[in-house]
Amino acid sequence: MSDVAIHHDPKPGEHGWTQTGVSNEKLGMWVFLGSECLLFGGLISTYMLYKGTALKGPKPHDLYDIPFTSVSSFVLLMSSMTMVLALSAIQRGDHQRCRVWLATTALLGATFISGQVYEFTSFVKEGMGYTTNTAASSFYTLTGFHGVHVSLGIVMLMSLFMMSVRGRLPQEKSEVVEIVGLYWHFVDVVWILIFTVVYLIP
Amino acid sequence: MATETEHAEPTEAVAHSADHAHAHPSDSQYVLIAVVLAFITGAEVLTYYVDFFKDHFPILLLTLIPMMIIKFAIVAAFFMHLRFDNKLFRRVFITGIVLATIVYMIVLNIFHVFKHS
Amino acid sequence: MAIIEAPDSAPLALPSGGTVAPHQALGVFSRPGQSKGWRSWITSVDHKRVGVLYGASAILFFLIGGMEALLIRLQLVHANGTVLNAAQYNQVFTMHGITMIFLVVMPLGAAFMNYLMPLQVGARDVAFPRLNAFSFWCFLFGGLFLNSSWFLGGAPDGGWFAYAPNTNPIFSPSHGMDFYAIGLLITGIASTVGAINLVVTVINLRAPGMSLMKMPVFTWMGFVTQLLIVFAMPVITVALFLLLFDRNFGANFFNVKAGADPLLWQHLFWLFGHPEVYILILPSFGIISETIPVFSRKPIFGYPFMVFSGIAIGFMGWGVWAHHMFASGVGPLSVAAFSVTTMFIAVPTGVKILNWVATMYGGKLTFTTSMKFSVGLVGMFTIGGLSGVTHAVSPSDLQQTDTYYIVAHFHYVIFGGALLGFFAGMYFWWPKVFGYKLSEKLGSWHFWLILIGMNLTFGPMHIVGLQGQPRRTYTYNKGYGFDFWNMIETIGAFIIALAVLVFLVNVFSSRAKAKREHITVGNDPWDARSLEWMVPNPTPAHNFDEVPVVAHLDEFWHRKYGEDENGRPVRVKATDDVVQAGDPTGVHLPSPSYWPIVIAASLPLIGYGIIFNLGFAALGGFVLFLGIYGLGLEPSMDPDAAHPHDDHGGHDDTHDDAPAAADDEESHEEVTASE
Repeated sequence: MSDVAIHHDPKPGEHGWTQTGVSNEKLGMWVFLGSECLLFGGLISTYMLYKGTALKGPKPHDLYDIPFTSVSSFVLLMSSMTMVLALSAIQRGDHQRCRVWLATTALLGATFISGQVYEFTSFVKEGMGYTTNTAASSFYTLTGFHGVHVSLGIVMLMSLFMMSVRGRLPQEKSEVVEIVGLYWHFVDVVWILIFTVVYLIP
Repeated sequence: MATETEHAEPTEAVAHSADHAHAHPSDSQYVLIAVVLAFITGAEVLTYYVDFFKDHFPILLLTLIPMMIIKFAIVAAFFMHLRFDNKLFRRVFITGIVLATIVYMIVLNIFHVFKHS
Repeated sequence: MAIIEAPDSAPLALPSGGTVAPHQALGVFSRPGQSKGWRSWITSVDHKRVGVLYGASAILFFLIGGMEALLIRLQLVHANGTVLNAAQYNQVFTMHGITMIFLVVMPLGAAFMNYLMPLQVGARDVAFPRLNAFSFWCFLFGGLFLNSSWFLGGAPDGGWFAYAPNTNPIFSPSHGMDFYAIGLLITGIASTVGAINLVVTVINLRAPGMSLMKMPVFTWMGFVTQLLIVFAMPVITVALFLLLFDRNFGANFFNVKAGADPLLWQHLFWLFGHPEVYILILPSFGIISETIPVFSRKPIFGYPFMVFSGIAIGFMGWGVWAHHMFASGVGPLSVAAFSVTTMFIAVPTGVKILNWVATMYGGKLTFTTSMKFSVGLVGMFTIGGLSGVTHAVSPSDLQQTDTYYIVAHFHYVIFGGALLGFFAGMYFWWPKVFGYKLSEKLGSWHFWLILIGMNLTFGPMHIVGLQGQPRRTYTYNKGYGFDFWNMIETIGAFIIALAVLVFLVNVFSSRAKAKREHITVGNDPWDARSLEWMVPNPTPAHNFDEVPVVAHLDEFWHRKYGEDENGRPVRVKATDDVVQAGDPTGVHLPSPSYWPIVIAASLPLIGYGIIFNLGFAALGGFVLFLGIYGLGLEPSMDPDAAHPHDDHGGHDDTHDDAPAAADDEESHEEVTASE
C-alpha cells in the first residue's frame, strides 16, 4: 500500500468534508471580511462627517504630507504582492522562498506602521492631538483601527514564518497562508479606500 | 496493482490543496499586476499636484473614485483570488461591500455631507 | 515528516497540550478528556452542550431582568412612587432592557440555533466547535461583567439605547456607561464569532442531498438571523468604540461643544438596532414554523414563501432604521422615506402569519403546551405588529414616540413574540435534549398565567401611552389619570412572575420525576418531521451514526410516511426502523479544550483594566495572546483521545506516526483562530 493511499477524501460527517467543496476556514475568513466592511464603513463615514469640523486646532487636511503618505501607500500595496508571492511559493512547496516573502511582507507592513507612527507624531507636534477636535479624533481613530489591523496581520505573518522555520507549515497546509493572505489583502484594500477618501479628496 | 496506481493518482491530486485544481496567475503575472497598481497609485498622487483638479472638484472625484474602485477590484480579483475561486466567496464579500456602501451613503446624505454649503 | 509530530516546545512556558506526548506528562495542563462532571461542561466543544449552556444562562439572566421589571412596576404602581429614586430607576430600566435583549432573548435564540441547526442539516457539529464554545463563555463573561457594574459604582443608566451626549462623562459620571460599552463589545464578539460559525455550518455542512430549499424553516430563519448578526454587529461595535473613546480618551465624537452631532450615535446605533429586532424575532418565527406543522399534522403552508419572506425581512430590515428617529430632526424627506419603507416591511411578516394560520386550517390540531405557546405567538405578535404599523405612520408616531404606547408595542412583539416562541420550543424539544417531557399540566398553567399576565401588563400601556404617560421616567404625578392602569399593569407583572415560577417548578419537578421513575421518552414522541428527531432521545454525543442522505424537505416525515391515492399520509415504516440506533462506532469527534474559556476570561479582564487600572488590561491582553496561540497550535482532534470502539473502518494508519492522519487532524485553525 503506497503512502498516499492513506490520504482519503473525507466523507460526510468526517472532519474536513463540506457540501460545497470549499474549506470551512476559508469561507469563515470571507464571511469575517464581509462583516469588516461594515466596521470600516462606519469609521470612514464618521471621518467623512467630521473631517471639516475643527472648532480649534488644525484639521487633518491642513497637515497632510501627501508625498510621504504616497510612499507609505505604495509600500503597503507592494506588501500585497509579496504576500501573494509567499502563497505561490508554498503552493509549489518552496518553503525557503515562502519564508523570504513572508518576512518581506511583514517588513513592508512594519515599514508602513513606522510611517504611520512618524506621521502621527509629526501631526501631534504640529498641534493636532487625538482630543484637539472632532476631525482629529475621527482621523486618528480610523487610521488607528487600520493600523491595529495591520499590526495583528504582522503578528500572524511572523507566526507563519516561525511555524515554517519549525517545519510545521507543510505544503498541504498552504491554505493557512492563503487565509492570512486574504486578511492581509483586505487590510491593504481598506487602505486603498482610506488613501483616496481621507487623504486625496479635499 | 494497476487499480492501486489508478487510485493513487487522483487521490494524490486531491490530497494537495484544492487550489491546484484551478488557474493561478504566475509569479511574473503577480508582479505585473503590482506594477499596474503602482502605476494607478502614481496617477492618483499626480492629481494632488495638478492644479486643474484642485479647481474642478467634480472632475477630481470622477478621476479618483474610479481609480480607487479599480485598484480595489484588482486586489480582490487577483491577489485575493476571487476571480478564480468559488462564486460563494464573491457573493459574501460583495454583500458586505454593497450593504456598507448603501447604508452609509444614506446616513451621510441625511447629514448633508454631500451638499455644497 | 516526523518533525510535525515533535513535541511542541512552546514559545511560552505554558504547554498547549498540542502534541502526541502522553497526557500524563503534563499533569494539570493536559488535554481534557472527561465526558462527565463540571469540568466536562467547561471544556466541552459539543454544540449541544453549548446550546444547553446558552439556554441555562439565558434563563438565569431572565430571572435577573424579571426582577428589574418587577422593581419598575413596583415603582410605577402609583403616582410619586418611592421604591426607586430617579437615579436608581434609570439604572434599573436600562439594565432591564440590556439584560432582556442581549442576555436573554439573543442567547435563547443562540441556544436553539446552536443545538438544532447542525442536527437539522444532518451535521455532527458546527464548523468551528472550539470557537463555538468560546462564543458561549465570552457571552457569559460579558453578561457577568455588565452585571458586576451594580457593585462597582453603578450600573449603566443611559437606557439600552444610550443616546449621546447624555452618555458623556458630564451627564453619566459613574462608570456605568463604560461597563455598557465594554460589556456589549464583549457580548458582540461572542455573537459575531458565533454567527460566522453558524453561517459556515449551514453553507458547508449540510448533509448530502440537502439543498438550501430542503432545509427546515427553523434553520433558514436561523441562517438569516446569523447573517444579520454578521453584518449588523460591526456597526454597533463602531458606535461603542466611539463612545468608549469619548468617555475615556477625550475624543470628540459626541462632544457637542466641539461641533459634534449627537445624531451620529443614533444612526450608528439604529443601523444595528433595527436588524437587531429581527435577530430577536426570527429564531422564534423559525421555532413555531416547526411546531405548528407537527401539531397540525400538516406540512408548513407555503414553504417557499416562508423562506423568501424571511430573506425579505433580512434585507428590508436594513432600510428602516431611521423610523426610530422620526422625532430627532432628520427632516421631512428622510421621515417620509423611512415611513414608507417601514410600512412595506409589514408585508413579509404578514405573509408568515397567514402561512401559520393556513397550516393550521384543515389540520388535525393537538393543543399541547408547545402548540398553545405557538398559537399564542401568532396572536400576540399580530397585536404587536398592528401597533407597529401605527408607528410607521410618522405623524401618528410623533404622538406615540417616547410614550408607553411604544413600550406596549415592543413588549408585545418581544415578549409575546420571541419569548412565547422560545417557550414553545422548550416544551417541544425538551425530550430531544433531556430524554423526558416537561409536564403538560404545569405547562398549561404556565401558558395561561403568562398569557393573562402579559396582556394585563402590556395591554393597558397602549392606553396610558396615548394618554401621554412618558417612558423612561421614574414617576408620574397624580391627576394625570395614569394610576388605575399602572396598578393593573403591576398586577399583571406579578402574574407573569407567578407563571415563570410555575415554569421553573415544571423544569425541576419534571426532572425529578423522570429520574425517580426512570422515564425515557423513547424515539419521536411528537411524530415530528425534521432530521433532529431521526436520532435517539436524548441526542447522542455524536449526533448521527451515519450522515443521512436527504431527498426531501421534512426528510424524517417522508421516511415514516408515504401517501395514498387521496394524498393522505400512510405509515410506511415504524419509527424505530427510521430512527438511528445511536451507535458511535467509528465516529471521531472534536476534542474538548480549555482554551475557549481561557480566551473568554481574558476579555473582561481587559475591560476592568480599561475602567480601573491598565495593569489589568495588560494582564488580560497577555492571557488573550496566550490563549489564541494555545487554541491555534492545538489540533482540533486530540491524537491521543480514546475512540469509541476503536474501529477505523478501513484505513489502517495509526494516529501517532502517519503524517497523513496528522494532516487530517491538525487544526486548520492555527493562527487564524484570532477571529
